[in-house]
Amino acid sequence: MTPAAPITPAMLTTADGRPLKAALAAAQARSKRRALFLVLPLLLFVVISFVIPIGQMLQRSFYHDGFSKSAPALQAWFAENPLGTEPDEAAYAALVADLALMQETRAAGDAGTRINYTLPGARSLYTSAARGAKKLEPPFKEALLAEDAKWADPRLWVAMRSAASPWTADFYMIAADLQLAADGGVERAPETQRVYVALYIKTIFLAALITGICLLLAFPIAHLLATLPMAKANLLLILVLLPFWTSLLVRTTSWIVLLQDQGVINSFLVYLGAIGDDGRLRMIYNQTGTIIVMVHILLPFMVLPLYSVMRVIPPSYARAARSLGATSWTTFRRIYLPQTLPGIGAGALLVFILAVGYYITPALVGGADGMLYSNMISFHMNKANWSMAAALATLLLLGVLVLYWLYDRLVGIDNLKLG
Amino acid sequence: MALPTYASPLERLWHYAYLVICTLIFIFLIAPILVIMPLSFNAEPYFTFTEAMLRLAPEGFSLRWYEALLTTGMMNPEAVAGWWSDVWANAAWVKAAKNSFIIGFWATVLATTLGTLAALGLSRPDMPYRRAIMAILISPMIVPIIIIAAGTFFFYSAPCGVIGVDCGRLTSTYSGVILAHTTLGIPFVIITVTATLSGFDQSLVRAAASLGANPRATFFRVILPLILPGVISGALFAFVTSFDEVVAVLFIAGPEQQTIPRQMWNGIREQISPAILSVATILVVISIALLATVELLRRRSDRLRGVTGR
Repeated sequence: MTPAAPITPAMLTTADGRPLKAALAAAQARSKRRALFLVLPLLLFVVISFVIPIGQMLQRSFYHDGFSKSAPALQAWFAENPLGTEPDEAAYAALVADLALMQETRAAGDAGTRINYTLPGARSLYTSAARGAKKLEPPFKEALLAEDAKWADPRLWVAMRSAASPWTADFYMIAADLQLAADGGVERAPETQRVYVALYIKTIFLAALITGICLLLAFPIAHLLATLPMAKANLLLILVLLPFWTSLLVRTTSWIVLLQDQGVINSFLVYLGAIGDDGRLRMIYNQTGTIIVMVHILLPFMVLPLYSVMRVIPPSYARAARSLGATSWTTFRRIYLPQTLPGIGAGALLVFILAVGYYITPALVGGADGMLYSNMISFHMNKANWSMAAALATLLLLGVLVLYWLYDRLVGIDNLKLG
Repeated sequence: MALPTYASPLERLWHYAYLVICTLIFIFLIAPILVIMPLSFNAEPYFTFTEAMLRLAPEGFSLRWYEALLTTGMMNPEAVAGWWSDVWANAAWVKAAKNSFIIGFWATVLATTLGTLAALGLSRPDMPYRRAIMAILISPMIVPIIIIAAGTFFFYSAPCGVIGVDCGRLTSTYSGVILAHTTLGIPFVIITVTATLSGFDQSLVRAAASLGANPRATFFRVILPLILPGVISGALFAFVTSFDEVVAVLFIAGPEQQTIPRQMWNGIREQISPAILSVATILVVISIALLATVELLRRRSDRLRGVTGR
């Protein structure tokens, strides 16, 4: 299509007289629509069964109406009085009115739970005060304080102000090991309550360690597979693929059998006399167990991408380097290793992504110190701390999505292969 | 990999050390899977080789843990009449196996049908937003399972809550577990089928069309037979994903939908008995069969597409 043609030819048309350009564009649009039409059912399915649930969870991490739904009077008082106002008699009257409402709707437990997130130990205040709220006489401030002096705690009032709105970032504050300060700002939580940030870092560290071990173990065998003749390599590849196809629970069970105190390895070592019967090694139900079993489970995900990259590296480059006088170490470092980098990147990222979110293995063999971030999410799910679980899940999801985006940029999801 | 003739003694030494290292890594990979097999025939309730087993004495071995799989949960294990029907109806592991197969089957059918259709669309050259759509469809494999399970649990507690209608719940139902497992299986179908289609010769479609075949005939008589090996391996991957899945089951399923992995999870958490090892052995045998099938299919697919070697 050259607009500046010296002699304008008659416009190209299709057989039925339409301009060719328009006909082509229409045909292209039609085939685009067709392709999209094929994908649409699945896309809809995934959006409904996957994207919406996760979006809902995201919303839940910002939303908790446990307190706000039964505290209309306090909401009104908080709206009129800015942060920093000393709670006066009107505030206590509102509180007592809300406590009476909570008793009526049996919501004192919910409300107390909501406050309890930001101010641990506050739940019982609400459940006990709600019971007698109807009988309280003015002045309410004195009456409540006579019941429990904690009602005057400025941090309690800050927590209530924050909980009076169902939309909140409190759960992210908790997940960052922060707490509400008495003046309404945030401060670091007391040392004994700082768990989440440390766990996040520990999870990343363990995932990196597992990725590193996997790389160390996968590199030699992928190299061996890539240099062996095809028939032998295919045979050995089965040794990699069989664990890949074997149930995760089966593999975890096997490792429990092998590693536990009365297990195969310990018994064998005792039989050899390497350790005494009372000196059996603790290899499972702790961090060591988590690392060993996760390395075993994730190793095939490292071997397969490495292998697919290594088997197309022409051996002649290494031979050329040697003939030009390079030592075998230099040849490996300067010629072979750089060519395997795409495989290393793909494998390491995939293993790291899978390791960061691992749940089953740490839950079964992790004991107390082998727990990862996912296990904390599960802990809060089991305690029905939905919003807390959702906030932690969102933070984990963010980390994973960043890595996924990186994977797509560096490797491309199209290059994801299975066996 | 042969050692070149010019290798120095040090290089020779390294070469043999390297082979030993590789052997050890292969043992690390495979030994845990093999070790449970003999242990599942242990006559004693221990997780280690007894002396009788090491002597290969017949009294050291028994099938009692396999029998336990059938009898646990039975109404009347002593009865002679109706023993098998009792097993079929009441044994805990048999129930779990039935659930696993029912859920696995439907999840596979759904994931494979939807996934293959989508893969066909995604493999067309003029697919719009291909990268973004692909990223969404693959993400159930990447997002940590605990997040999916938690999100699905909230969603299934009130599936129509989003549009403000109450239509019951999907938790503790077969449909709920099947739908969750379908979602988890889809990425595997997409990956395997698009990989197969990437080697598919598009001119065959045009040839079929020029010979007068309508799109449906082209699909069923030209495209499908050629990509069938890929579709079947995708289906097997989806099935294994569902068959091995425990976290979504933990969150979504009720007591009626207990699957084999869920039952194993209980077993490992509470009282780990060698009966678990016998289940594990059966599962390993199944995975060997599946692996063999997938390998054969891949070779067939490569042959069909004219790809030689791997």
